[in-house]
Amino acid sequence: MADFTLTCPIPIAQYPQVLLAHGSGGKLMHNLIEKMIGPAFSNPLLDSRHDGAVFPLNGKLAFTTDSYVVHPLFFPGGDIGRLAVHGTVNDLAMCGARPLYLSAGFILEEGLPMATLWQIVQSMRAAADAAGVQIVTGDTKVVDRGKGDGLFINTAGIGIIEHDHVIAPASVRPGDVLLLNGDIGRHGIAIMAVREGLEFESAIESDTAPLNGVVLKLLDAGVDVHCLRDCTRGGVASTLVEIAEAARARIDIRESAIPVREDVRGACEMLGLDPLYVANEGRFAAFVAPEDADRALAILREFDDSAAIIGQVYDDVPGRVTMKSRIGASRIVDMLSGEQLPRIC
Amino acid sequence: MKYIDEYRDAEAARKFADAIARITTKPWTIMEICGGQTHAIVKFGIDELLPDKITLLHGPGCPVCVTPLELIDKALDIAARPDVIFTSFGDMLRVPGSNADLLSVKAAGGDVRMVYSPLDALKLAQQNPDKQVVFFAVGFETTAPANAMAVYQAAQQGIKNFSILVSHVLVPPAVEAILSSSTNRVQAFLAAGHVCVVVGFEEYVPLAKKYGVPFVVTGFEPVDILQGIYMAVRQLEEGRAEVENQYVRAVRRQGNLSAQQIIREVFEVVPRKWRGIGSIPQSGLGLRAAYAEYDAEKRFGLGELTVEEPPECISGLVLQGVKKPNQCPVFGTLCTPEHPLGATMVSSEGACAAYYRYRREEVVGLQSSVFSREIQVASQQLVVGEGEK
Repeated sequence: MADFTLTCPIPIAQYPQVLLAHGSGGKLMHNLIEKMIGPAFSNPLLDSRHDGAVFPLNGKLAFTTDSYVVHPLFFPGGDIGRLAVHGTVNDLAMCGARPLYLSAGFILEEGLPMATLWQIVQSMRAAADAAGVQIVTGDTKVVDRGKGDGLFINTAGIGIIEHDHVIAPASVRPGDVLLLNGDIGRHGIAIMAVREGLEFESAIESDTAPLNGVVLKLLDAGVDVHCLRDCTRGGVASTLVEIAEAARARIDIRESAIPVREDVRGACEMLGLDPLYVANEGRFAAFVAPEDADRALAILREFDDSAAIIGQVYDDVPGRVTMKSRIGASRIVDMLSGEQLPRIC
Repeated sequence: MKYIDEYRDAEAARKFADAIARITTKPWTIMEICGGQTHAIVKFGIDELLPDKITLLHGPGCPVCVTPLELIDKALDIAARPDVIFTSFGDMLRVPGSNADLLSVKAAGGDVRMVYSPLDALKLAQQNPDKQVVFFAVGFETTAPANAMAVYQAAQQGIKNFSILVSHVLVPPAVEAILSSSTNRVQAFLAAGHVCVVVGFEEYVPLAKKYGVPFVVTGFEPVDILQGIYMAVRQLEEGRAEVENQYVRAVRRQGNLSAQQIIREVFEVVPRKWRGIGSIPQSGLGLRAAYAEYDAEKRFGLGELTVEEPPECISGLVLQGVKKPNQCPVFGTLCTPEHPLGATMVSSEGACAAYYRYRREEVVGLQSSVFSREIQVASQQLVVGEGEK
C-alpha cells in the first residue's frame, strides 16, 4: 500500500480523459500503468512488471473468468470495479476454492474521464483487499469513442482447493437441503432504479459482496457441502433450473421461505417483475447434506441474518424446479426465454 | 406488504376455497377476462384449490395477444425507420409480427425503447426535436387514460414530433361477442378489476340481464380471485345474474370520472380487429378527428396490410375460452416462448405463456419440501419414484 494514494497520480489537468494514446504502447500508456494502475494494485508479483505473474502453487486449482459490462458504471452499493473483483472471487468460491490471484483486463473507451477510471481502480483495490486476493497481472486497451460503454473489465482468477469435497451439480443428492445466504433481488433492482430513473423512499443498494469468507467457513466447519452456485444473472430461479438439469433431480422450493426485502418486493410489484428472476451479486444457493442443514444455516446467519432454508432435492422428476406457492399449490419454476419485461397493465 | 400479504394469505385462501366447495352443487364454467388474473390463477395454483365441478376458462383480456398482426407489422415498419424513436411498453417488444419482433428491429439498428408511461415517450419527443417519437398505444380501458393524456398534452404544448400507433380495445364488446357466440360455454364472468377502476361497472348490468350471466368485478391477488369465484358461484347456485363488486377497495360503480373524461376528449369508439378473434363492432378506441395529426398510421402513410396467421395456431380459440392452451397440438412443441406462433405464448398476460411457464406437466401431488425440524426425518424417510404425473 506504500504507493497507494487517494489522489489520481496522472495529472488530470493534463489528461482529463482517456485518449487513444493511452493504449498505444507509448509514453502515455506507460504512465497510465506505472503511475496509476500499477501502484494502485501493487504487490510483489505485479511489481516484477513481467509479461505474466510467476508463482508456485501446489494442489488442486480452480480457474475462472468473467467480463463486466454493467451500465451505469456506478450504482447504489457498488460500481463496475467492485463487481469485477467480487464476481470472479465468487465464481472461485462456488468451486469451493480459496481465491488467491486475479488478472484485470481493461477496455477503455476514448474520452472516459480519467477521474472515473481512478475511482474504479481504487474500488477494485479495496474490494481485492477485503476479499483477500491480489491482482497480479493485467492489460489495458483503448477503443475509439462510441465503440465501448465507457469501460469494460475482464477479470480471471485462480484459487486453490484445500479439501476433498467435490462441489458440483453432479454431487447433488436426493434429500439435500437447499439454503440461500440472504434476501434476493437487490442488485437487479438497484441497477434498474438508476437506469430507469426510479426513486424509492430510500435507495435500494446492490448486494454485491465477496462470498469466499462464508464459503470457507462452511467448509472449515466440516459441513458436507454438495454444490454451491451464485445466483447472478437470471436470479435464483435460473440458477436452480441449471442445477436441477445438471443434477438430473427435482428441486422443490417454498415461496414463503424465500427472503425478499420489503422495498425490493415493492419495487418488483410495481414493475411487474418476479424477484426470483432478478440478478444478485452476493447471493448463492448451497446444497448440503440434510444432517448438516441446521449447522450450515447457523453459519450463513453469522454473515447475514436473512439466510434461510428454502427447499430440498428429490429424484422423482429429473431436471425440474417446482415451487409451493404461498397459498399452498405447486407449480413449475422455469428459466425465462429472454429478459423480464414489465407488463402493460 | 400492505394490500399484498393479506391477499396472498394461505389461510384466507383456504377459507374461500372451502366455502366454494361447500356451496357448489352443480358444474359451473366461469371465465376470468383478464390475462393478469389468468397468470395469477396459474402461478399461485388457485384452480387446484377449487372443486372439480368448477371450470375456469381464460378470456381475451391480454392486450398484447389481441393486437392484430398487421398492426404489429406496421409498428415494425415504423420502428425500422432512421428518423424514428419507437417507444413501447416492455411486453410488446417480443411479440412476433409476420417476420420479426421489435427486439430484432432494435438489434438491426432501429431505435426502439421501452418506456413505463406514454408521458415518458412525450418527454423523449421534447428532448429529441429532430426525431419522430412514436408510442405503441395498446391496451384496454386501463391504459387508455394515460395514452389519451399524452396526446392531449402534446396538443396543448404544441409538440409536433409525437404520435401514437393506436390499438385500443374495450372489454364489454368482447364479452358480448363471447356470450353471443354459438360455441359459448361461459356461465359467469370475473370482470377485470383494473378496467372497472377506470370505467366502473354499469356497462355490465345490461349484459348480465340480457344473457342471464353473473358478473363479479374481481381483483388480482389469490384471495381476491377466490372470493370473486365464490361470489360468482353463489349467484349461479342461487339462480341470480347480477353485477357484484368484489374489488371494493379499488372500484366504484361509476369508475374514475376524470379518466373517462380524458378518454372521451381524445378517443372515440371505433370497430376493431382482435388478433385471433376477428372484427368486433364498436370494440375499440381510435383518435378523434381533432387529434388525427397524432395518429402514427396517418403520419407515416401506412396503407392496409393483409397478413396471415400461422395455420397451426389456435390462439383465437384460446382467447375465446373455447380451448385451453394445453389442448393445442403444437403447445410446447412447435410453439414455445422462444419460437412463438401466436402472441398468447409471448406476453406476460397470455394464457399459453402462463401454462408453459408454470405448468408444462402437472406438478400437483409431487412430494413437497420439508423444513427445519422435519428435515432430519425426511432424509431418512424419503419416498422416491412417485413418478411424473
